Amino acid sequence: MSANNESWGTRVGLILAMAGNAVGLGNFLRFPVQAVQNGGGAFIIPYLICFLVMGIPLLWIEWSMGRYGGRFGNHSTPFILDQMTRRRFWKYFGAFGIFTNIAVAAYYCYIESWTLAYVFHSLMQTFAGLTQGEVAAFFDRYTTITSATTGVPYESVVFYILCLVLNTYILSRGLSGGVEKVAKVGVPLLIVFGAFLAVRGFTLGDAGAPEGCTDCNSYLGLNFLWEPQFDSLLDPTVWLAAAGQIFFTLSVGMGTVQCYASYIRKNDDIALNSMSAGWMNGFVEIVLGASIVIPIAVGYLGLDWVKENAGFAMAFQTMPFLFDQWGTALATLGGVAWFGLLFFAGITSSLAMGTPWMGFMEDEFGWKREKAAWSFGGLVLLMGLPTVYFYNEGVLWEYDYWAGTVSLVVFALAESIIFAYIFGINNGWEEINRGADIKVPAIFKPLIKFVTPILLLVVFLSSLVTPVNGDWGRAFSGDWELDDNSIIGKITNQGFDANREYFADHFEATVPGEIVAIEEGPEGETVVAVAQLLPYHRTATNEAEPVMEASQLGNLETFDSLTVVQTYKFEPENEIIVSVGDEVEVRETIALGDFTNPIFYIDLAKILLTLLFVFICAIIYVATVRREKQPERR
Amino acid sequence: MSTSAIITMVLVQVSVTIITAYFFMKVLRTPPKPEPNSYDEE
Repeated sequence: MSANNESWGTRVGLILAMAGNAVGLGNFLRFPVQAVQNGGGAFIIPYLICFLVMGIPLLWIEWSMGRYGGRFGNHSTPFILDQMTRRRFWKYFGAFGIFTNIAVAAYYCYIESWTLAYVFHSLMQTFAGLTQGEVAAFFDRYTTITSATTGVPYESVVFYILCLVLNTYILSRGLSGGVEKVAKVGVPLLIVFGAFLAVRGFTLGDAGAPEGCTDCNSYLGLNFLWEPQFDSLLDPTVWLAAAGQIFFTLSVGMGTVQCYASYIRKNDDIALNSMSAGWMNGFVEIVLGASIVIPIAVGYLGLDWVKENAGFAMAFQTMPFLFDQWGTALATLGGVAWFGLLFFAGITSSLAMGTPWMGFMEDEFGWKREKAAWSFGGLVLLMGLPTVYFYNEGVLWEYDYWAGTVSLVVFALAESIIFAYIFGINNGWEEINRGADIKVPAIFKPLIKFVTPILLLVVFLSSLVTPVNGDWGRAFSGDWELDDNSIIGKITNQGFDANREYFADHFEATVPGEIVAIEEGPEGETVVAVAQLLPYHRTATNEAEPVMEASQLGNLETFDSLTVVQTYKFEPENEIIVSVGDEVEVRETIALGDFTNPIFYIDLAKILLTLLFVFICAIIYVATVRREKQPERR
Repeated sequence: MSTSAIITMVLVQVSVTIITAYFFMKVLRTPPKPEPNSYDEE
């Protein structure tokens, strides 16, 4: 019998919790980076259109699925899908709605713990007076688990466990007593912090420009983000990026929305609630997210620098340096506001990730919520420690790719098909409109039935067979070489040309080039640098791009002034068998010794994720057997 | 900033803010449904 007697305290609390679930680090980091990488102002129109034709329909689908499942005592996706389809397969497919949350929480809590640690370091003024390079090096030192930036050994592990314990404790207080209370404090606070930083982004101008920097002006950053470029509407790459961003920003395809909505009663509104939470997320992303990182970074470092370096790492490796330019008091305030904002954005999302597992264990095995919460914490710790210990080996980003990206698309695609074609669009439409406090426009019925699944299918297929550099024009003209980051490329470890054995007695060069340095590093290691001269050409907009093949050049001339240097670090006991001046090819041995290659850690991550998925399927099987013994729950 | 960039930014940011505020206000102003509803404290 289910021990699940959770409920929401207030309607506003539910909306803030849902908005908090959607608002995450991606609103402040992924959105501006995606916008920059997809032509700035070119991005915003496809982004808004995708929100209307894919984002809003998916929100309504997930909210109504959740409320429908909750009516039958099901608070997680396996038995919600079972209830909707009455087919065994979909019940096991619903495992995604628990798997994704545990796997994502495993590494998300680690990133969340960085924000907590950086709030601490901002208060301690650790970054005062550091150069940009030193701030970046601080992050590298922090994520090397054996080093201690505060004197506490294994500092990053300590902060991770602290963060996880905090999440678990809040979850053990229940929906209204824990999750909702945090959302009611966290969401308004992150908006206040965000507003403070956005005002700074809007008013900075060229006040922070170093001498000689001609493109250091926050207005240039804003101009780049908002200058409309209507020709981009014909570029499929921009549309795909926009659809992907809408998808990830709303936290759909995870099973958390269904879980939160499953505690809403049959005749209570979901149509208005979902709009309110969804637009709140849009406000945080479009109004605040677009006004912080890019304008501030452009104000100090210039537009060219930002175009070249925009990425996730900027949050930790660049922003503390920029805040430090504001003077001691404002730098501390800026650091606390920025990392505090990221922390609240993170924790309101990671708490949501705990609820599907808890709901499932309470429904199916009669567990009390404290037991369910701490078991979630234990599972996340088990799955998360490899991401902490092997962060520099790429385990965290492998989790992010499979659990935080591919699984979401697969699950959302399936649920949109189930909703429209198995549950039935008429039943679905009735469910969306039941108890609605707004009139849902009729146009959304065909959108949900046709456009949303097709868009999701396109996003999935384009991820499956992404061509090199996302160059779809070249792919459709017959030259379809898969990108290393396509799903097929990742499955086959296509990115590993060299060092393909897990354990080896030699190490191979991963790029061709000339050995330009062999020297001792700061910690006694040997650093070998391979320089690679790559032919580059200038585009019409005067940007340097690597030449893929000679036929691409036409009448343009190459220049080789850009040299890419790849460095390798070796332990003192390794034997270096190349000398400065040697030319090496890919897969040519450059050192002897005992090596554990990165491919081992990447496959380890895949195995751990597979085991987690199988484990959840096994639990669903046990739950099914238990249900069959309880006639009232069949 | 160019005029078109300013217009786009103001138009998009103001529209998103107004729509967000509109839906949130509508939530606040809509009277609760008769008991039992989904919320403990209403």
